[in-house]
Amino acid sequence: MGTEEAVVIGAGPAGLFAAYELLLAGADVTLIDRAAQAGGQLVKQTHKFFGSKEHYASIRGIDIRHRLEHALEKNGDGRLRTLYSTTVAGFYADGALACVKAERYYRLHPEVVVVATGASERTVAFAGNDLPGVYAAGAVQTLMNEQGIRPGNRALMVGSGNIGLIVAYQLMQAGIQVERVVEAADEIGGYQVHASKLRRLGVPIETKTTIKRAFGTNQVEGAEIWRLDAKGEGIAGSEERLTVDTVCLAVGLSPLVELLSQLSVDTRFIPEFGGVAPVLDETYMTSRPGVFACGDVANVEEASTAMVEGRLAGIHAAGYLNRQIPRRKEKIQALETSLRTLRSGPASEHVRKGLRKVGEHA
Amino acid sequence: MRIREHPILRFKERSKIAFTFDGRTLYGEAGDTIAGALHANGVKELSRSLHLHRPRGFYCAIGNCASCHMTVDGEANVRTCITPLKAGMVVKTQQGKGRVDGY
Repeated sequence: MGTEEAVVIGAGPAGLFAAYELLLAGADVTLIDRAAQAGGQLVKQTHKFFGSKEHYASIRGIDIRHRLEHALEKNGDGRLRTLYSTTVAGFYADGALACVKAERYYRLHPEVVVVATGASERTVAFAGNDLPGVYAAGAVQTLMNEQGIRPGNRALMVGSGNIGLIVAYQLMQAGIQVERVVEAADEIGGYQVHASKLRRLGVPIETKTTIKRAFGTNQVEGAEIWRLDAKGEGIAGSEERLTVDTVCLAVGLSPLVELLSQLSVDTRFIPEFGGVAPVLDETYMTSRPGVFACGDVANVEEASTAMVEGRLAGIHAAGYLNRQIPRRKEKIQALETSLRTLRSGPASEHVRKGLRKVGEHA
Repeated sequence: MRIREHPILRFKERSKIAFTFDGRTLYGEAGDTIAGALHANGVKELSRSLHLHRPRGFYCAIGNCASCHMTVDGEANVRTCITPLKAGMVVKTQQGKGRVDGY
């Protein structure tokens, strides 16, 4: 028997919903996040969500977070313990978690763990990619939308997935001129609606184009972009110089699987998810009984799907604890249908492919 | 470098906080992170790479990437992108990997 009933690691969209379902089922929940507040990356998402009402459509990420926190308090009934500003530094073979908060060490030994640690932003190789002024797109979002500070005055966005398109638009909202959005693939990666909003502001989006190098002495003073041929090689002579002080990279995310790797659960390299992801069964459980994973750490996707996955993982984790949930089967079916709907669009093809690969392995 | 007008968000001017960066007195605002306050002052170079000593700024802003490590109040390898700024902090560009005693 553990010292805690359920621990959820990560208070982003997936973790918050996993905690919510565990609380609804009557479990005692410890919710841990290394940030000082809950919300994960929702805290910087000023755009409105898509989908139907159940997926928080037309609500901004920053507002969803407050609703979730409120829902947790309401249903917590004194059974929710939050440990924020707390880093889970170790996950040991006996199931113990080593946590660090304000230079103090805490050892937890939960019966079930839901890992919802999210993902980290990737980079891409080009000369000068280490210069100050080259940022991950999400970093620029944090700086602008959370802290109210501009990264610079003129920006180049590399990558046209939803993050690239949304952050480019938010740069314009914060008064930063986006000179160009470049996309190495043949087509824009994100939703058309985001691309259209940018085009209306006069921001050109160029496909089959990427950054060749960033230059500058101690920080970015400019960037060179070039066209790519059918093989994805840069075309000599197609270079164009842009005067920018900010280069944003929106080139994908990698699951933050470190804690699960410490536990040696089965993982698999899934290119569609940007790295190594845990192999899960249909209950979101890893190869280690009682350890569940959901959200970006399981498969890099959208906040809307992470929220549904979080609920499913929470319900299954409660089931593992033998907690009774009224109308459990119907609830699971409805959530699974909801996930399929969210993933039905052409922009989710890579997710479907990645999930099939994980499924083949499980 | 601060955003004062925004169509969705509101950023009010908050109380000023003085701190030291490599011997210079700079001002941030209450609620800033250390790296954010430096950025608002136009300081983007936060560290140097270990081997080639190339300039480094922050990359991820959420404490993942280690690119923003600085020595703060004698403590090395502080993740300045997520550490709140406090009045009177002594922030230094770190040389090398940083030791437990802060140098």
